[in-house]
Amino acid sequence: MPHLTTYVGLADHSEKTLADSFRAVAIGHAHIADVHHTCRMLADWSDANRDALAPILERYGEADDVDEPERLHAAGLAQTREGEIGLLRDLQDLHVLASLVQTTWTVIAQGAQGLRDPELLEVAQSANAQTSRQLTWLNTRMKTAAPQALIVAP
Amino acid sequence: MSDRIADVYGTRTPHSRGTVWPARVDQFLDPDVDEADVERWVQSACLLCSNGCGVDIAVKDGRMVGVRGRATDMVNHGRLGPKGLYGSTRWANAGDRLTRPLVREGGRLVETDWETAMGRIVERSKALLEEKGPLSHGFYTSGQLFLEEYYTLAVIGKAGLGTPHMDGNTRLCTATSAAAFKESFGADGQPGSYTDIEHCEAVFLYGHNMPETQTVLWARILDRTRGEDPPKVVCVDPRRTLVALEAERTGGVHLAPRVGTNMALMNGLTRELFEHDWIDHEWVAEHTLGLDDLREVVEPYTPEHVAEICGIDPEELRRAARIFGESEAVLSTVLQGFYQSHQATAASVAVHNLHLLRGMIGRPGAGVLQMNGQPTAQNNRECGADGDLPGFRNWDNPSHVQQLAEAWDVDPMTIPHWAPPTHAMQIFSYAEAGTIGLLWISATNPAVSMPESARIRRILGGDQCFVVVQDLFLTETAELADVVLPAAGWGEKTGCFTNVNRTVHLSEKAVEPPGEARSDLDIFLMYADAMGFTNNSGRPLIGWRTAEEAFDAWAAITGDRPVDYTGLSYAKLRGPTGLPWPVNEQHPDGTDRLYADGVFPTDTDYCETFGHDLLTGGTVTEQEHRAMHPAGRAFLKGAPYSPAHEEPSEAYPLLYTTGRTVYHFHTRTKTGRSRDLNRAAPDAWVELSARDAEARDIVEGDWVRVESPRGAIEVRARVGNVMDGAVFAPFHYGRWEPSEADGGGHPDAEHRQANELTMTVWDPVSKQPTFKTAACQVTKVRSGDGPSPAPTTTASAPVREPADGRRRPRRTEGGGPTSSTVLDETPDYPLDPSTPERGR
Repeated sequence: MPHLTTYVGLADHSEKTLADSFRAVAIGHAHIADVHHTCRMLADWSDANRDALAPILERYGEADDVDEPERLHAAGLAQTREGEIGLLRDLQDLHVLASLVQTTWTVIAQGAQGLRDPELLEVAQSANAQTSRQLTWLNTRMKTAAPQALIVAP
Repeated sequence: MSDRIADVYGTRTPHSRGTVWPARVDQFLDPDVDEADVERWVQSACLLCSNGCGVDIAVKDGRMVGVRGRATDMVNHGRLGPKGLYGSTRWANAGDRLTRPLVREGGRLVETDWETAMGRIVERSKALLEEKGPLSHGFYTSGQLFLEEYYTLAVIGKAGLGTPHMDGNTRLCTATSAAAFKESFGADGQPGSYTDIEHCEAVFLYGHNMPETQTVLWARILDRTRGEDPPKVVCVDPRRTLVALEAERTGGVHLAPRVGTNMALMNGLTRELFEHDWIDHEWVAEHTLGLDDLREVVEPYTPEHVAEICGIDPEELRRAARIFGESEAVLSTVLQGFYQSHQATAASVAVHNLHLLRGMIGRPGAGVLQMNGQPTAQNNRECGADGDLPGFRNWDNPSHVQQLAEAWDVDPMTIPHWAPPTHAMQIFSYAEAGTIGLLWISATNPAVSMPESARIRRILGGDQCFVVVQDLFLTETAELADVVLPAAGWGEKTGCFTNVNRTVHLSEKAVEPPGEARSDLDIFLMYADAMGFTNNSGRPLIGWRTAEEAFDAWAAITGDRPVDYTGLSYAKLRGPTGLPWPVNEQHPDGTDRLYADGVFPTDTDYCETFGHDLLTGGTVTEQEHRAMHPAGRAFLKGAPYSPAHEEPSEAYPLLYTTGRTVYHFHTRTKTGRSRDLNRAAPDAWVELSARDAEARDIVEGDWVRVESPRGAIEVRARVGNVMDGAVFAPFHYGRWEPSEADGGGHPDAEHRQANELTMTVWDPVSKQPTFKTAACQVTKVRSGDGPSPAPTTTASAPVREPADGRRRPRRTEGGGPTSSTVLDETPDYPLDPSTPERGR
């Protein structure tokens, strides 16, 4: 199961990237109160998913020889943009990252079922549900921000 | 003759459970007016709190000279509170009323005529539409306008301009009430009724200091708690309010959770219901969704765990839960302690959960009253001047938008339904950035009432946004405007408004407005005319000229919606009492309480919202909603507790919370102009617990500096009844002061505004700002030379008599004489379940 091991590592890595990126957006748009506070909370959710995965990660060990999913490793948001249109783009980037996280959990859940690993399955399913909530908020917030950013903002 | 400043609630009329609340008629006339001199009594309802008491206005020589409660009105049975008695009419004759429009010239506001003032607005409006489109326009209204005015503005904004940027200061006071209803029941609408007070076995007040916010409703409760077979009172409040004292007196419980921990407390109460199986399983299975998820969410909240988070005794939590679990009829009321706190919507929804779990909704005595802060807040929610679509329609449901497009004869694309309505805090952010270039504020005072005042002043005073203010007076907000329009107030115009209890009242014009002041309706119509808004048929978009025509147009679009006004007309409202909606063919006399049949407006095609994630505010999609197949069942929705946005730190070790006093309304625009009320609470103060005061060497009346990361105030200290670690400041006091002769002239007028310290942060679902959780520090500035100006009658009473005689607070008293007459025979109140022939 070398590929599943790789994916477990990918989940851990991409959740970390997502958490870091949420925090970067929280700081970069700190003057927008709901974005600031919600992004910090959603970063904590990603941390919690990693915490839940930690014992399993130890059990499966680190993958070292399968490089294909490496191409999936997305770079996080090191820097945020400015203004209303900048916020929109940053949220969109977060959405891309969160989508990667979610599909990773989906794939892992399939593997866990095949392997009959209930512990991993539980982690993957609950993390997937939390990622859905992150995506829902991002979607809602983008819809809110879009008209003003696209039409009126300088 | 009674002094209702000293005796806030008036004579008790105790009665036993299940009997009609006796009638008592309260009246106040200006000191120089004799009852025989009153020329006319004009029908209205009180506009100084959300209770909505029926009132008649006394008129003499073309002036409003006093008020009298309407004995036959089902809301108040004749009673009025101190604000209604002393504050209803005095502002109208104040010398500083706005009587002419003002425009900014060379940095100063100067008088002008209506054509010039409106010409400037229209010029700016048209230029912005041309250059940036409708999203350049924002409207910020109030909880003080009339239904007809909100609806007219809603049509102008949504179908004329097409902007989603409409909200009211209702966002600050009542948004959570609406949001919580929508999440639990599918649509806005008060389930309970004031008549539940007569039938309940227990009454729970959550963050609701009713003795100061709705005095007549509190009198109604006192008449039960002081009568036979009284209900137990349970109080959730960090201050030892009169509610808390009544809880102790009736064998109930006072739970004083740490500021910002309501959600943990609610989860603890909910868990206790599960733990003891105080659940109506059959009812829950038939009428609700989400039981298992809720049980799972509350599972970790054992009494001990909750006690640790909230700083309460676990046994007290158990006792409160037992009262809820073992009573057959509980009435719950909720207000700002929940709405303006962290996790506002989730905590308010949790109150619904308790009732749903026990099947205690829709029958006399078993109900929920999510309160409003302002008297016409409900209409803003109904009519859509706050961003919602009129008639509790769902902006995410194309067929609901189509209904409005057809009624208004406009393209559905014009109606801004493609995103959630923009909430007040976001509107001000857009105005800050200048992407909203015209902000029109009516009948409210955000420069004092919104959080982080310094920022709001900067936004309103800057050049990036053209600000229009229409009001009765040159408020702190109006001073910053580019155009100021003089408005007619209550009693100077006709219109309807609806209270917390869904009861609609007609308020008739009693006198002419001063000078060139015009009704808000006429102002909005003047703008619509000047802009030339037309419908698809090329006719004027707004097809009405009078308030009554506006009312009928509104009623016509409410058929088949929960908020059904189709059975109401001005003629019908000229009867003995206001009537609670829905009023239609099926319910010609209105409806005392909703959901008697356990069927809720949650059907996917009917509901007002598909719901939200209570923690993030992310919206549930139509497909997700449909998949749950709610079909008339209510939602049980839970959320874990999360700590407040700002926790105490070394630099700011105390928790800052803001609130109200019984003698003032909002930013004192009206109540500050009543000498009786103003003398009772003339200036700002801050309340500290005895322990926190002592630790800082502060005694009663000392000048103290209260500071948060955002700002500071310097006011006098009351050593009072807040819990240790908490600081309470009334939010009513801005810069404005009455003349010294009328009790003004305080030295702290420039540094006493409570919202200098509050945070710009809001609830994820209701978007109500969090006024009640901020960290602060208090330091002594200098010794005072007397007691603080805080009233002694209510929750702000001193904790004990100070040793220093000079610091002993004067008793709050000295209101002008009022009369109060208990009627021998109680009138018949339609719909009242206590009336013998209607049975129980």
